[in-house]
Amino acid sequence: MSAPTVVDSTPRPALPAREGSLPARVLRGAATPGGGVVVLVLLLLAAIIAANPVFGQPESLIRFVGRTAPIAIAALGQYFVIVSGEFDLSMGAVVTTQVVIAGNLIGQEDSRVVPVLLLMLVIGALIGVVNGLATTWLKVPSFIVTLGTMLALSGFVLWWTGGAAQGNPVDSFRQIGRGGIEGVPVVGVLPYPALILTVLAVGAAWLQTRPFGRTLVAVGDNPEATRLAGASVWGLKTRAFVLSALSATVAGIILVGYAGVHPSVGRGYEFTAITAVVLGGVVLGGGRGWALSAAAGAFALELLFTLLTFLGVRSTWRDTVQGVIIIVAVAVAGRAWQRRATRRRPAAPDTAETDPGTTTGER
Amino acid sequence: MTGALRLPRGVPLTSTGIVYLVLLLVVLLSTVLTASAGRNFFSPGNLSAVLTGMSVLGFIAIGQTLVILAGSLDLSVPYVTSLCSLVAGTAMAGQTSNVVLGVVVALGTASVIGLVNGLVVAVLDVHGFIATLGMGLIISGYLASNYQGSAGSAPRAFRLWGATHIGPVPLSTLVMLGCAALVIVLLRRTRMGHHLYAVGGNREVARMSGVQTVPPVVVAHVLCSLLSGVAGLLLLARLSVGSPTIGSQGGYDLMSIAAVVLGGTVLGGGKGNVLGTLGGVAIFAVLDNVMSVMAVNPFLKDVVRGLVIIVAVAVYARRSTGGRPARFERPSVTDAALQEAR
Repeated sequence: MSAPTVVDSTPRPALPAREGSLPARVLRGAATPGGGVVVLVLLLLAAIIAANPVFGQPESLIRFVGRTAPIAIAALGQYFVIVSGEFDLSMGAVVTTQVVIAGNLIGQEDSRVVPVLLLMLVIGALIGVVNGLATTWLKVPSFIVTLGTMLALSGFVLWWTGGAAQGNPVDSFRQIGRGGIEGVPVVGVLPYPALILTVLAVGAAWLQTRPFGRTLVAVGDNPEATRLAGASVWGLKTRAFVLSALSATVAGIILVGYAGVHPSVGRGYEFTAITAVVLGGVVLGGGRGWALSAAAGAFALELLFTLLTFLGVRSTWRDTVQGVIIIVAVAVAGRAWQRRATRRRPAAPDTAETDPGTTTGER
Repeated sequence: MTGALRLPRGVPLTSTGIVYLVLLLVVLLSTVLTASAGRNFFSPGNLSAVLTGMSVLGFIAIGQTLVILAGSLDLSVPYVTSLCSLVAGTAMAGQTSNVVLGVVVALGTASVIGLVNGLVVAVLDVHGFIATLGMGLIISGYLASNYQGSAGSAPRAFRLWGATHIGPVPLSTLVMLGCAALVIVLLRRTRMGHHLYAVGGNREVARMSGVQTVPPVVVAHVLCSLLSGVAGLLLLARLSVGSPTIGSQGGYDLMSIAAVVLGGTVLGGGKGNVLGTLGGVAIFAVLDNVMSVMAVNPFLKDVVRGLVIIVAVAVYARRSTGGRPARFERPSVTDAALQEAR
């Protein structure tokens, strides 16, 4: 840390994220909504292990991670859309569509696994492109666009299947969701979904720090300013929708292994994913939040349900608890982000708060 | 399509105008399609079916318009509808003497829910999407825990309000139109209505102009829940039992939002009107009717609905970005700034 002779006469105030020692930074991070969710996860985990020590064993913990993987992956995808200021309500319908495609096109033939897998990814990307272009080019609010694709896709799937369960695809395909690497030390079986989740989480965190991720957050915060700064808003948002649809596709692939092929698989996934993302401290309307916090939000949600089960709460009350939790979480998070913003304001010079009108003039 | 929309010279076509033009188009198309199936779209029976189809979604969509105009959203409506049908049904328990009690209890419950929604959105500053999604989940958990299936029963006197027709027009549709008229008066002629637009358009500016920002949002949410409660009462009258799933089966949350946006109201709030919403509801009702007449697979209906929503809103959204009439000769800097801030 011996920065030598850099000619820098005006000492710039350090970025708040880089200020202070490591423990101080960790503490400050934990106080933000995005970090707070990690604390919440740890607290819930401790509570569950206190209620049922078996859950704390590595084997059952890793199984829990595998079980939560689809919703966490969906939350990672939804994160990119929400942070860019949009919604993706079609996620659940995409999951259902992919599950049904896998069931009907693969059947019992091993040779079809890879081509159909590719086809599913292509279809997922295509749905994302349609959502993105309809939102950005046709200027239809994404809430409405994805509501439309949701209705269209789920109607199509129900029509295709007649609303009934279909034959499951070949076992080798289902292994992606239900299988794992055996004989791993400590945890025993390492489920593939946990592995996929880890890879995708690392990927999402990497993407978030890339120019793409950073510009996307800027788009969510102020699309006009970002456009004037030279970013292609439509391209960024469309890519976010593609990521979201692809993550729903992956969630669907895993769910085929867990739940089998039925047109009700994936129902309500969009709202669960949005709940997880919001619980992770990502602000609806865009511009704030971290990808990994979104995944942590999914874990917090699932841990909460597990805790309720262990406490003997009837499963019918799950919805109620989920409802209370998201309202409280968002109310608290809103306060926390606000406090941070007001605390930071005195440090910034007054010019930071220029009139939007003035900024538009200086292109 | 855009060519057809540029009608008489000099007369600016409002968004509501477009909605009703689209409705006209849909009606014409439906007439042709219905005729090709060997039936008459304008037969009293069919018209009455279309109007009946409008009423439930109509009530909810009017309320949803208020909430969206105020800059919020209400995703809890289907659960409020179910809850009210159950509460009223069990309170009435088949006794004519209990009708008033049932109605009062149900609407009271609905307004309390609306009040909580409104306060959470306006005072706690929680995004309407989350506040009402949460409220919907809370009610849904309560419904699932306390009602295993249909419950309660409506006495005959109460069922009449779902079944009475005046000419081809069902009584329920007339009540719905009456509610719409009241809400239009509220929006156009009262201080509260103007404040509602102001707060929905830009809360900060409204606040700095001396508008109390909390009451309009709360009022919008209370009225929306009340109207969803009325829809629940109507469903109770039609089915004669209360059902815990009737609201979510109808998908009234998303369909009402779609109807509102189809009616030209801006999802971000502050711009739009109830008349357009009624047009949007009518478009859905006519489409549903013609698809039933043509015996379209019920699952494919959703596909058509989804496509219609996107296409219709696209036609309208493209236009409103380009051709917004300038309020002054040259938009002032502050005006431009306000536009940006939207």
